[in-house]
Amino acid sequence: MGRFDRLRRPSGGLGRRSPFRSARERRWSGSGQLDDGARPSRSLLVALVLASLTLITLDYHGGDSSPVDSARQAVGEVFGPVEAGTATAIRPFTSVPDWFRSRSALNEDVARLQAENSRLRSAAATEDYDRNRLREYDGLTAAADNLGYALVPARVVAMGSAQSFSDTVTIDAGSAAGIHPDMTVLNNDGLVGRVLRVTRTTATVLLIVDTDSVVGGRVGESMEVGFLHGRGEIGGAGRLDLELVDGAEVPSSHDTVVTWGSQDGAPYVSGVPVGRVTSVYSSVRESTQRAVIDPYVDFGSLDLVGVVVPSGTHSDRAVIEADGSLR
Amino acid sequence: MSAVRGLVAALAVAVALVLQVTVFPHLAFEGIVPNLCLLVVVGAALTRGPQFAVVLGFLAGVALDLAPPADHVAGRWALALVVVGWLAGRMRQDVRPTASTVVATVAASSFVGTSIFAISGLVLRDPALSVPDLLRVILVAVLWDVLLTPFVLPLVMRMFHRLEPARTA
Repeated sequence: MGRFDRLRRPSGGLGRRSPFRSARERRWSGSGQLDDGARPSRSLLVALVLASLTLITLDYHGGDSSPVDSARQAVGEVFGPVEAGTATAIRPFTSVPDWFRSRSALNEDVARLQAENSRLRSAAATEDYDRNRLREYDGLTAAADNLGYALVPARVVAMGSAQSFSDTVTIDAGSAAGIHPDMTVLNNDGLVGRVLRVTRTTATVLLIVDTDSVVGGRVGESMEVGFLHGRGEIGGAGRLDLELVDGAEVPSSHDTVVTWGSQDGAPYVSGVPVGRVTSVYSSVRESTQRAVIDPYVDFGSLDLVGVVVPSGTHSDRAVIEADGSLR
Repeated sequence: MSAVRGLVAALAVAVALVLQVTVFPHLAFEGIVPNLCLLVVVGAALTRGPQFAVVLGFLAGVALDLAPPADHVAGRWALALVVVGWLAGRMRQDVRPTASTVVATVAASSFVGTSIFAISGLVLRDPALSVPDLLRVILVAVLWDVLLTPFVLPLVMRMFHRLEPARTA
């Protein structure tokens, strides 16, 4: 850069400018126009930096009703289908790493699955009894019709990069599938996050591990309530912090944490498993207990998720009803 | 002809953006992916100078800020990539950049760009992360970008070189 500056500086001078420049133009074989561009580029730079700062200010102070949201919506309508299409196109290739998993890893899987199988078999032995009991309960719950939720299945098509320091994903179902902001997103392991905004064909989901995410949680064992904060890390190190409202209550390791739920199930419906307590810290100064939660969901390899919608929602795809039937 | 050039550049940014959010998360290290949009901007800067690169940087940044699944305060990547476009453009010398210059430029640009983004986040308190965490992410991001340079930069630079005669005509 130093050499470049030395070359350029005289060109900003008075009389020597034109011969110097013409010599350089010949050497650059037609790309000398850059020299002209170098001066105005500073005002352009300032203009664009100011434009960026304006954008930041608009979005930052706009809060929830930011004027940038409509631009986001418009860009999302364009990029959403493209992202969904690309994700579908590369799906056969993304399974390739699974082929190279080592034999020992597969052996471990077999052992784990055998253990799980025997446990399930013993559970299945009492299945008839359970089923009869369940049928009675079902009769009860059918009366409370509005309790039933339905799931709209969707796939994750894009993930925000960690450089952007926000953990968000795009799913390939949007307002046409009956999805609206502030709906709960889960998969078969547990709670994934909530819908932030939707376009016609896609929706942006805030993962619970994001630093902005706060979920009301309930410790399964003691029914104590608290708040789950994300740490902004995904992958193996992804953890949540649980702060219990009652400082006297100490959650124990391996306790399950489920969602506490909010009014009308927005943004989170109640009773969705979130994770397991791994360790507990007590803060004397704040007189609260802070537990570290290992989420059940592996956020590094999210794929199929379900969005909780009210039962009977009109959707452009099959909806999984509360009783497991497809509609 | 300038419209065609702008269109091709915008298309390159769009392709980079879509690959960055759909393909690379499968290869990501703790969620950190190579910043392809930044690589395109640096490639444009090295072949076409700062004037063109700041505009392209602004476009790419706004796209990164607005396209799903982005959720940070909009304008932060725009600011970062404008500065990157300008800095990388100033690196341009009177000879065609050598491979080592390109790699060094990418490393510096990636460091500066990701840092500006992270610092703007600290100022706005957008992500409540600690400085060591930020530094780790920035370093991994720089490594990723340098790793991808031999695959992406020649392609991008050749494309912008090919468009060059159109500009003088």
